[in-house]
Amino acid sequence: MTTTMAEVNLPALPPATGRAGLRGVLASEFTKIRSVRSTYWTLAALIIVSVGIAAIAGFGIASNIHNNPQNKPGTDATQASLIAFFELGQLIIAVIGAMCITSEYSTGMIRTSMTAMPRRGTIYLAKLIVLTTVALVVSMVTSFISFFVGQAAMSGSGVSASLFHSITIPANALVKGPAGGPGNGPPTVTFQGTETISPGTVLAAVIGTAVFVTVVALIAFGLGAIIRHTAGAITSAIGLLFVLPVIIQLLPDNWRWDIVRFFPDAAGRVLSVTVGQSNPHLWSAWPQFLVTVIWAVVIVGTGGYLFRKRDA
Amino acid sequence: MIEVRGLTKRYGDKVAVDDLTFGVEPGKVTGFLGPNGAGKTTTMRCILGLDYPDKGAVVIDGQAFRDFAYPMREVGALLEAKAVHGGRSARNHLLCLAQTNNLPRRRVGEVLDLVGLTEVATKRSKGFSLGMSQRLGIAATLLGDPKIVMFDEPVNGLDPEGILWIRNLMKALATEGRTVFVSSHLMSEMENTADHLIVIGRGRLIADCTMKDFVARASGAAVRVRTPSADQLVRAVSAKGATAGPGDDGSIEVRGMSAEQIGDLAFGEGIRLHELTTVRASLEEAFMELTADSVEYHADTPGRPASTMIGSGV
Repeated sequence: MTTTMAEVNLPALPPATGRAGLRGVLASEFTKIRSVRSTYWTLAALIIVSVGIAAIAGFGIASNIHNNPQNKPGTDATQASLIAFFELGQLIIAVIGAMCITSEYSTGMIRTSMTAMPRRGTIYLAKLIVLTTVALVVSMVTSFISFFVGQAAMSGSGVSASLFHSITIPANALVKGPAGGPGNGPPTVTFQGTETISPGTVLAAVIGTAVFVTVVALIAFGLGAIIRHTAGAITSAIGLLFVLPVIIQLLPDNWRWDIVRFFPDAAGRVLSVTVGQSNPHLWSAWPQFLVTVIWAVVIVGTGGYLFRKRDA
Repeated sequence: MIEVRGLTKRYGDKVAVDDLTFGVEPGKVTGFLGPNGAGKTTTMRCILGLDYPDKGAVVIDGQAFRDFAYPMREVGALLEAKAVHGGRSARNHLLCLAQTNNLPRRRVGEVLDLVGLTEVATKRSKGFSLGMSQRLGIAATLLGDPKIVMFDEPVNGLDPEGILWIRNLMKALATEGRTVFVSSHLMSEMENTADHLIVIGRGRLIADCTMKDFVARASGAAVRVRTPSADQLVRAVSAKGATAGPGDDGSIEVRGMSAEQIGDLAFGEGIRLHELTTVRASLEEAFMELTADSVEYHADTPGRPASTMIGSGV
C-alpha cells in the first residue's frame, strides 16, 4: 500500500548553533506582512487617497486664489497638500497597524506563531519593528508624493511651496472697491508685507507629517494587541484619532482649549503648518508630537504587557 | 519526554484541568483520550505555554518549552489545522514559521514534499480542504525535525485515506524514537495506533497504562455459554469457583473461567453445549465505561447496556 511508511524520510537538518532570537523573527514578521494581499490593498488605498485628494485640493486652491486673490496671504500650500494624508491617511494606516496583530488572532495564526516561537516578547518586538519600518517608508513616500502632486496642481496659481528654495508670499491683503457680485467689477487687492517660507520649514512639515502618521500606525497596533479583534481595534483607533477630536470641538471653548493639546491627533495639525501663526491652544510642532508619542508608548507598552501575560 | 506535574487550569469558575500528573515517553505513540470537554486541548495548550496554568508545571526534557534555544527543533504541535492566515500561501506560511527558528529555506520544500502539498504550495490556504489544512499543519510541525510531536484530534474530519496516512505517520515518527502525543475522544482511533494511553475525564487522570494492559482489562473477561442443561452447568462452574449469570436470550455468562476450561468441564460432566464464545468488550465500550462518570455533556441514553467487562477497578 502506498500510504504505508516505515520511516518518515525527512531529510536531516543542519546542526543547531546559537539560539533563535530577534533576527529570525524579524525575517518571519517581514514575510508575514509581505505575503498577504491586504497589506498591498491598504497601502495602495493610503497612497491613492492621500495623493488623489492632495491633487484635488491643489486644483481647488488654485481656483480659489484665481477668483479671490485676497486669500493669497495665509494660504498654506504645504498643509493643503498634506491634509488628506494626515487626516484620512492616518485612518487607513491604522488599519494596517491593527491588522498586523489582530489578523493573527482572528485567524488563530497567533497560536501557531507562538508554538514556533514561545518567547512572546520577541514576537511582539519584531512585529513592532517591522510595522514601524514599513509604515515609515510608506508614509515618507506618500508624504513626498502628496506634496509634489499637490504643488503641481497649484502651479501657476501664485501660491506654492518648495523644498528647494525660499518662497515669499504676501503677509496681508487689503481689499478695496466693490464687493464681488454680478455686475460689479473685480475688487482691487493690494498686498502689504511679506512672509518668507524656507525650504527647511517645508521639509520639516513633509517629514514630520510622515512620522506622525507612522506613530498613528503604532497606536493602532497597540490597540490591536489590547483588543485582539480587528473591527474593535480599528474602531477604537478611529474613535481616538477622529471621533474624539470632533467631540472635543463641540465642548465649550474654555474647556476644549485647555484639553485639546493632550490628545494624540493634535500633532498632525501642527506638524504640517508652514504659514502663519501657530494655534495658541496647541504646543509647537515637536512638543505637540511628543504628546502623540507618549500616547503611543503607553498603548504599545500596555499591548505588549498583555500580549505576554494573557492566554493566547 | 513531556512531564506534566500537578497541572491545574481554570477558566473563570470552571476547572478545565484538575491536578493532572503524567509523563509522555519517547519512542512510542501515546494516546491522550477523554470525552469532549475533558481538558485534553487545555492540557496541550499548557504544555506549549499558550495558556498559563494556575498551578503545576510542564517540563519538556528537563526545561520549560519557552527556554529552548530552538523551540521548533524540540516540539512540533498541531492543535488547530485552521489556525493559519488564509490569505497566505502554504509556502509563505511555512517560510514565516521556519524563519523564526533560523531553519534553512529549503526546509519548506522538503516538508511540503513529505505531506504532498508541493503542487498547491503557492495557493492561498483559504481554499484548502480540511484534509489539506491538516497536511499543512503537519508540515509545519515537522519543519524543525522535532523530538516531540503533538497532535490534537488529528483525524477529525478526514477521509479514510487521510486517517490512514496520519496513523502511519505517527507510528513512523515514534519508530524513529520521537515522542508522539496524540489526543482523541474516540477509542477506535487509538486502537491501532497508540502504544500507551493517558485517559482523562473532567480534567482528572483516569488511567495511565499501556495499550496492552487496557486491552487485557477490556477483553476475555466473560464467556457466553448456551446449553439445554443450564442449571447443571451453573452448578458445575460454581463448584470450580467461577460465577455465572444470565446473559442475552437465555444464554449464560460465565466469569472466572476460560472457554477451554468451561468446554472441558462440560465434556467431563456430560453437558451438551450449543454455544461457547469468549466475549470481548470493544475497546470503545471499555473506554466509555471508564469515562462514564466524567462525561461533561451527557446525551440522555437510557437503556445503554451497562458493560461490566472491566473486571478490576481502575
